[in-house]
Amino acid sequence: MSVFDIIGPIMIGPSSSHTAGAVRLGLAARAIIGGQVSRADITLHGSFAETYHGHGTDIALVAGLLGMSPDDERIPNAMQIAQEQGLRVGFHRADLGDAHPNSAQMELVSPDGVKRSIRGASVGGGSILITKIDQFTVDFTGENHALVVSYKDQPGIIAKITSLLAAENVNIAAMRVSREAKHSKALAIVELDQPAPEKSITRISQVPSVDTVMVLPPISLEEGE
Amino acid sequence: MAITTIAKLVEAASSRGSTIGALARELEADDTGLSVAQLDEKMRRRLQVMRDSVAAGLEGVRSKSGLTGGDARRMTEAQSRGVLIGNEPLDSAMAYALAVSEVNAAMGRIVAAPTAGSCGILPGVLLSVAKTLDTSDASLIEALFSAGAVGAVVARSSTLAGAAAGCQAECGTGAAMAAAAATELAKGSPRQCANAVAFAFKGLLGLVCDPVAGLVEVPCIKRNAICVAVALAAADMALAGIESVVPPDEVIETMGLIGRELPASLRETALGGLAATPTGKGLAAKLMSSKQE
Repeated sequence: MSVFDIIGPIMIGPSSSHTAGAVRLGLAARAIIGGQVSRADITLHGSFAETYHGHGTDIALVAGLLGMSPDDERIPNAMQIAQEQGLRVGFHRADLGDAHPNSAQMELVSPDGVKRSIRGASVGGGSILITKIDQFTVDFTGENHALVVSYKDQPGIIAKITSLLAAENVNIAAMRVSREAKHSKALAIVELDQPAPEKSITRISQVPSVDTVMVLPPISLEEGE
Repeated sequence: MAITTIAKLVEAASSRGSTIGALARELEADDTGLSVAQLDEKMRRRLQVMRDSVAAGLEGVRSKSGLTGGDARRMTEAQSRGVLIGNEPLDSAMAYALAVSEVNAAMGRIVAAPTAGSCGILPGVLLSVAKTLDTSDASLIEALFSAGAVGAVVARSSTLAGAAAGCQAECGTGAAMAAAAATELAKGSPRQCANAVAFAFKGLLGLVCDPVAGLVEVPCIKRNAICVAVALAAADMALAGIESVVPPDEVIETMGLIGRELPASLRETALGGLAATPTGKGLAAKLMSSKQE
């Protein structure tokens, strides 16, 4: 444990879980859709639904979708900045069932019309967990570099992905695979110890039956860290 | 940080004749590969955010819920009118702690220390003590490392989460960190810093987390100010050479054990304590209905 985990992070208040963590959920969702967002429908669950107003959880999620870090002093004005930047936002409260109490479900549309459905939870101290991308159950913290690969399920795909990474000496920290059904659409989240080189990303996206490769940077807790 | 107990921190610092802060910075350098100068710069940025949040809060801020704000300003105005019983460094420390906590509630920028809910205590105590003792920034930065080392030990052997162990884990730890750092600023020995940690926790063991409407406002902001007084009292007893009968590490462990025995209603769920008073419930209902409009 670092001394700077105790004296820190530098953040916009009032709550590491309901504010700083919410910004990071927004940031993670922005990374997953690949940048700018033009439409966001956000459903808040549990404690997020109960106390979002006083904690600024809604504002914090929007700030993250706009690319602000958790210590950005523009966070309180995120709703207005969203309007200026053409991000339309809607908020709803609902019971998402068996989800962590601090969960948000985000239905996002990019300016190019790409749609993504992302669910995540703020699990304490600003730490987050992304639990769903579209129809797939996932489980990653945003602390590492990661690749999100969507493909058609068939034997050998995972081996190809991992060997293409190994060829460039990239170490895998964690990996999770999820699929709709046998031989149907599948998603792999590969967390890495370092950023994947351009070469491996290109070669993975050229693997037959690989659909898309998303490159996710670590979601920082603080600007410049 | 490789050291996991207060006793070992004291032993290592004493044997090399350094402060706990200087030792913690060296350990951080070993862990991260960063130089002492780089680490100082990183901590200096935190010190600056602390100062900025004090200044913003003393100007007067208001939270989004409308429940809190303006009390830091009220304190300093009362100070200048000369109507307070206390004296320095206590009065300014309370005003600063209120300021930082109010800024936190108003969505301003703060340094979690160790958490956002307890962010007022450490800057309140340190900046006020530094003013009274005319301390250099270099010593303040070193004292922040000392506070960080104490918090890291508590995180390892107990917890910092109000949801796990109540407010004693958040404000209790904040007060213990501030007490150790203040003792160090006043040239206390590592052993005296450790005693200050024990005293601060002794005053706050069992403190529950019962936020009205689940917000980091009532009673959190005033608890930050009260904990400043606990931290300063702990530091002064330690500086007087008073020894804790129960060693600091056992006190810290006890905090975690008491936390586990606290009912869930008193661990950040806003179901018990002050949150469950007629006023607390009334405010929660009012805030809930106003946001649904």
